[in-house]
Amino acid sequence: MTNEVANAVTNIVEVVMPHFEGYAYPNEATQQPLWSVLIVLYPYITGLVAGAFIMASLVRVFNVKALEPVYRLSLLTAFAFLLCAPLPLLFHLGHPERCYEVMMTPHLTSPMAIFGFVYAWYLMAVLLLELWFDYRRDFVVWSETTPGFQGLLYRLFTVGVMDESDEAAQLDHKYGHILSIVGIPSAFLLHGYVGFIFGSVKANPWWGNVLMPIIFIMSAMVSGIALCVFNYMVLTWIRRKKVDMRCLDVMGMYLFYALVLDAAIEALDWIHRIYSAEEGFQVMQYMAREKLFYTLSLGQVTCGTLIPLILLGLLQLIRRRVPELQRRRMYFASAMLILIGVLAMRWNVVIGGQLFSKSLRGIMGYKMEFAGLEGWLMGGVLLCLPFVILTVMVKLFLSERLPTDGHVPHRD
Amino acid sequence: MKNNVSRRSVLGKITAAVAGVLAAPVAKAAKTVTEKVLVTTEAPKNYDPSKHRWAMAIDASRCIGCGFCAEACKKENHVPEGPYFRTWVERYIITKPAPDSGAARGETLVDCPNGGMHGYPEPSVPKEEIQHSFFVPKLCNLCKHSPCTQVCPVGATFDAPDGAVLIDPKYCIGCGFCIQACPYGCRFLSPVTKTAEKCTLCYHRITRGLKPACVEVCPTQARIFGDMKNPVPDDPLQKFYQNNLLVSLKPHLGTEPRMLYAGIDKEVR
Repeated sequence: MTNEVANAVTNIVEVVMPHFEGYAYPNEATQQPLWSVLIVLYPYITGLVAGAFIMASLVRVFNVKALEPVYRLSLLTAFAFLLCAPLPLLFHLGHPERCYEVMMTPHLTSPMAIFGFVYAWYLMAVLLLELWFDYRRDFVVWSETTPGFQGLLYRLFTVGVMDESDEAAQLDHKYGHILSIVGIPSAFLLHGYVGFIFGSVKANPWWGNVLMPIIFIMSAMVSGIALCVFNYMVLTWIRRKKVDMRCLDVMGMYLFYALVLDAAIEALDWIHRIYSAEEGFQVMQYMAREKLFYTLSLGQVTCGTLIPLILLGLLQLIRRRVPELQRRRMYFASAMLILIGVLAMRWNVVIGGQLFSKSLRGIMGYKMEFAGLEGWLMGGVLLCLPFVILTVMVKLFLSERLPTDGHVPHRD
Repeated sequence: MKNNVSRRSVLGKITAAVAGVLAAPVAKAAKTVTEKVLVTTEAPKNYDPSKHRWAMAIDASRCIGCGFCAEACKKENHVPEGPYFRTWVERYIITKPAPDSGAARGETLVDCPNGGMHGYPEPSVPKEEIQHSFFVPKLCNLCKHSPCTQVCPVGATFDAPDGAVLIDPKYCIGCGFCIQACPYGCRFLSPVTKTAEKCTLCYHRITRGLKPACVEVCPTQARIFGDMKNPVPDDPLQKFYQNNLLVSLKPHLGTEPRMLYAGIDKEVR
């Protein structure tokens, strides 16, 4: 009985061999999908990066003053997640030691080949530089006031540019602004291209879809903003500080509008699929009803979209009548549900696209393993890693003990 | 109006054109040399791929489902045990329609136990309910616009000039994108080499004047193989093309397979 319960969730106890209904090409009858949980995490993490960066850009480019408390937190969130973004990709390769070939000899007709360049551009040219320009003067000050190893680190981060003058600060600000403007299309490019990896596979009717890059960009924005709400509230709770309600309300507003757009485009996608009912539609219908019921109908649609839409929509209408505590709880719940919902969406795209045979005659079952490379444990570790990195970064760069003029949370 | 054509610009253009004409064969030779040095194939050293154009076709009406081809392929190419096949044979059973259903035919049942290597079980429907039953050998479709080579991030898989679609095992990073992109399920990630693998038309054999293993062992000549650039007298492939109406699999995807079939039903995909 215990075994059955455990195996219902995953194949913890024993390996559950895949089962097929109908016919699958012999090469498709492998134990688990070729692209498994690691490839689910890859677009999820990349999306969080893009979304968190857009969140920061609202302050820098669109001058949304209310969001200033979360500016640096959003940038650091994007950075921490970006550092982890290529890990799942790397681990799932058959030959990770050859990964450099993607950059040394890229095959330019491949959407995957562009990843190396987009990633390098986004990490090195946009995010890292924007962070540096934003922090440079602080680094100079902190390196002088902080003793020991930490002070040495700050000194290292200045890269020798110790100019503290206002002119230098203005220049920093100007370059940061330019980078932020460049960063918005770059963030779209980063995640739009991830969508294109799937959207360009015409062999797979679940993936091959012109809307895929747009769906990915929209869901990335939603998940990124939700992550910023989550991080901000958790950090505030850890520090026992008071949440800046104005900031939270504005974040909630942007989250709501992004979610409306995201839901509209995903609905459009489904309406188009249902109406045109092309080859393979029957298989997809079956998948949505049976195989992906929990992750699609419950996870993605109900938890990830409908409930947050209602909660956030209500808050847009009757915000003033809802007490602060309730509002905070509603925002937090919405953010959590969206984060789970977008993860479910990535699962539905990546795993869903491999649960049916390309002969369109068969459906496969899949139970995730526990301890293997593509298992729950590894997935959990990879999801936690960015938070660990972020914690270190918050300690180093958002410490309350460090004086700053920058946009940081909980400034009295 | 001022004449803008100066002697210098004309001379410049002529020099560029001459340089271009001279450089083209050099560049071509350099490309060939680079390919020879960098690309790993199973061809002998003196083999010139530009002098051949390999093609294959399937006469499904001749296939008896013996599965020798799938077995020979596994042995010849050291294909790993388990659900990994460079070629396989599918069995199609189309049942009669239910009485008064008004349908032209019943349901289509497809199976391919172990790639068809060891025969097929008794059909799950009684014989008198079967309207059609036939076998379809499957392998790389030799697409003219192959999606698998298009998506490879490092160019490890490529269209050889002689028509074969090959993978350089020393270069493949094992990302699996090509396997996802192949509409025909012809590729797999080898658990042994951790790289993508597929039918090479037995490249090590055909480049030495032999036939692919599957063609060699087929007792009914359901698989027809030939060199389009060097047709032999009474070439079976040319004859097959002339005498049959041909179809390709999943033509709507625009991959334009060069692997053509005769004698298959619309249910085959």
